[in-house]
Amino acid sequence: MDIKKKSISIEQLSVGYELPGRSFCPDSKQLFLYNASLWNAHRIHFDYPYAKEVEGYPELVLAGPLLGDWMHQCLEEWLGVDGRIKSIDYSNRIASYLGETLYSGGSITAIDLETKEIIIDVFIKNAKDEVVSPGTAAVEISS
Amino acid sequence: MSKLLTQKIMSFVGKKSDSKRELVTRRDIRKYSIATGNRQEKYLRGDMAPPMFHVPLFWELVPIEELEPDGVFIDKLLPKFPLKRQMAGGLKIDYLKDVFPGDWLTATRTLSAIYEKEGRSGPLIFYEIVTDILNDANDLVIREQITRILR
Repeated sequence: MDIKKKSISIEQLSVGYELPGRSFCPDSKQLFLYNASLWNAHRIHFDYPYAKEVEGYPELVLAGPLLGDWMHQCLEEWLGVDGRIKSIDYSNRIASYLGETLYSGGSITAIDLETKEIIIDVFIKNAKDEVVSPGTAAVEISS
Repeated sequence: MSKLLTQKIMSFVGKKSDSKRELVTRRDIRKYSIATGNRQEKYLRGDMAPPMFHVPLFWELVPIEELEPDGVFIDKLLPKFPLKRQMAGGLKIDYLKDVFPGDWLTATRTLSAIYEKEGRSGPLIFYEIVTDILNDANDLVIREQITRILR
C-alpha cells in the first residue's frame, strides 16, 4: 500500500509541473471514522435527516479539514522521502457531500534553487471540475 | 460599520485559552491515518504523525451537555455570536518540527480576529483562532491559524 516513487531532483523541475492526482470517494464509514477520530459531533457530518431538514443540505457534508488532509496527502505522496511540507494555506469554498468523487492535484508555481523551496498550488476539485478547496503550500526538498 | 459585531463581541479579540497538554500515541496516529485514507506506511504503522494530526489531538473534549443542538461544542474562547450556522473556513499551518509517538505537546489558542462580510445570501461573521503547539523543550512545533465562518 505504501507509495513508491522516483527521487525528486529539484533541478529537473519547472514551474507548471503537475503533481500526480488522486481520486477520493468517501463513504459513510469513512465519514464516521474521520469525525470519530476528531471527536467531531457536528451533525451535518453524520445525521442525514438533520443535515437535510434543519440545515438544508442535500446530503451529509464532508468535513472541511478532511479535504485539507487530502491536499497534504497529494503533496506528501509526491515528495516521498525527498522533502517536507513547511506550510500550507487553504480554504473550503464549496461544500462537498457524501456520494461525490473528489480529486486532488497541484502544480508548481515557483522554485528557489538556493533554498530548495518550492511553492505549489494544490487543490481539491469535484466532478464538475470546480475547485472546492484551493490551497498554496511551501515545501522543502532535502535531496 | 458592522451591523452584527457589538463592542462586547469585539472585546473577546485577544482572549487566550487555557493550555492543553496531550500525549501523541501510536494508536491515535493509526486511527487518524486510516480515517483519512492515508497510503503511507509510516503513518499507518503510527511511526510518526502525519500533517494535520494536531487537529484531532487538540479537538475540544467537552461533556455532551456542552454541545449545541447542531453538535458543535460551545467554545468558551468565543463570544455569543448572533449567527449560529458554522461553515468550515480555512487553515494556515506552519510545520516546524515532526511529531512522533511519545511526544507531549501543549497547545494554546488565541482568538486573534473577528470581522464581518456580506455574503451572497446575507451577512457572514468570520473569526480567526491562532493555535501555537509547543513540545516539552518549549520549541514551536506547529502554528495554525484557523478561520471559521458563521452564517
